[in-house]
Amino acid sequence: MVENRPWVTFFSHAILIVGIVVVAFPLYVTFVASTLTLEQILSVPMPLMPGSHFWDNYGQVLTAGSTRGAAAPVGRMMFNSLVMALVIAFGKIAISIIASFAIVYFRFPLRRTFFWMIFVTLMLPVEVRIIPTYKVVSDLGMLNTYVGLTLPLIASATATFLFRQFFLTVPDELAEAARMDGAGPMRFFFDVLLPLSATSIAALFVIQFIYGWNQYLWPLLITSEESMYTAVIGIKRMIVGGDAATEWHLVMATAMLAMIPPALVVVLMQKWFVKGLVDTEK
Amino acid sequence: MEKRAVFRSRWLPYALVAPQIVVTLVFFFLPAAQAIWYSFLVQDAFGNDTQFVWFENFKTLLHDDAYLNSFQVTAVFSLCVAVLGLAVSLLLATMADRVVRGSGPYRTLLIWPYAVAPAVAGVLWAFMFAPSIGIVSFVLRKIGIDWNWVLRGDQAMLLVVMAATWKQVSYNFLFFLAGLQSIPRSLIEAAAIDGAGPFRRFWTIVFPLLSPTTFFLLVINIVYAFFDTFGVIDATTYGGPAQATNILVYKVYFDGVKSADLGGSSAQSVILMLIVITLTVLQFRFVEKKVQY
Repeated sequence: MVENRPWVTFFSHAILIVGIVVVAFPLYVTFVASTLTLEQILSVPMPLMPGSHFWDNYGQVLTAGSTRGAAAPVGRMMFNSLVMALVIAFGKIAISIIASFAIVYFRFPLRRTFFWMIFVTLMLPVEVRIIPTYKVVSDLGMLNTYVGLTLPLIASATATFLFRQFFLTVPDELAEAARMDGAGPMRFFFDVLLPLSATSIAALFVIQFIYGWNQYLWPLLITSEESMYTAVIGIKRMIVGGDAATEWHLVMATAMLAMIPPALVVVLMQKWFVKGLVDTEK
Repeated sequence: MEKRAVFRSRWLPYALVAPQIVVTLVFFFLPAAQAIWYSFLVQDAFGNDTQFVWFENFKTLLHDDAYLNSFQVTAVFSLCVAVLGLAVSLLLATMADRVVRGSGPYRTLLIWPYAVAPAVAGVLWAFMFAPSIGIVSFVLRKIGIDWNWVLRGDQAMLLVVMAATWKQVSYNFLFFLAGLQSIPRSLIEAAAIDGAGPFRRFWTIVFPLLSPTTFFLLVINIVYAFFDTFGVIDATTYGGPAQATNILVYKVYFDGVKSADLGGSSAQSVILMLIVITLTVLQFRFVEKKVQY
């Protein structure tokens, strides 16, 4: 604070509060709608105070799902989303950390080629190679499987860069000392490098968990069985078209359920989330 | 920068990069190469006869009004998302930077939309603005605005821009706040002593010093609007009404998956690849500058 101007300070707080209210309003409407009956939502305008059907609606979507459109229980979809988010997050971290370890700590033919191959993947998001990727996965018989959901998204240039940058800042003396003490490369990796990387791993985990949980286009393409839907796909499939035909109270309950896990990860792991965002963009 | 201390092994480094390289080859390079190959082919309606046609697909595309329209829609959409998103988050970040007490809770309350999937963001906004049952549509009708994005293209565009921006504000906010907090206080104090008010200080000192962050976020937001907003479109307008929100990524998906036009969709993929490459190069050239700064 440079000077004391009570009015400007008041104004700042006011704008921030308005901003928070506007940002939170969609969430509030969603929550309210998820506690009402369909009739209450369809009677325009819908009430803006929470109703009494919280347990009914959430219980129904978790165990049975909606009765129109996708009819799979959302509990199952949440499980699929969780598997997808965890496998993608840990898979990305695992394969990129060993790849950057090799690229930083070894000299071998094709090292640069491999590095550039990983770099180029930045320029090939799923969106630009939809159909051929779908074909590859379908030829490998991986449609409607967890492997098909996760494996194609597991290669990540950003994670590899992040670990490479970090390894380059680790003092050379550590590796020399380890070598002198007779530790092999893997011993050095597990006993020295991995513990040192803990904060980078945590930061990356938050970002990749959200990335995995929120995937949309890819699961939309390769899951046709309801038992393999993720929560985000489930919401989309419950909307059957037409404002009155959709069971909005159930859709909104599912939307709440689909938002809670990643939002909790962001809010509870805020420190690592911010670090992860800043690091992955370097 | 290279390491002095290295390990020696004939096979270990290959084993360590193998998983990453195999996944990259099978799911990135092979499909990308196929997309390029398909873009030179024309397939008949039953998929059993293909013909090599060189750049015919590209020629058709560049003479296709729907495709050119999609380019225009994407440009408008991504510019609106980037400009609106940056403006709102810069305002909020500047305010949060001023506030000494409580900036922690404010930050927590503003960053959570980052965790919302674009498709879910689309559903939330489509519900609030649903023509017949939406709570906001009800208010708009009360004040005399004829709101129906299902029929009106400009309103549909407005809706997807709002939904896409809402999700991205938290991201911009964090970067702007970090940028603001790294501006030396002494500069601002010196200006204050010279008699510059808060508004003047912002435009003559803070905003110019923030320009690297702003440019970086501009590129990131355009990339976001180009590619990550597929879910927003697919959960709200399906590119309609009358193609008014049919952004390039959605058109690739629609032509390739729903209309099964292999050659045309692949040619679009190749054009998109060129766009990503341009944006990535832009981003990286900028990062080098940022290090200098």
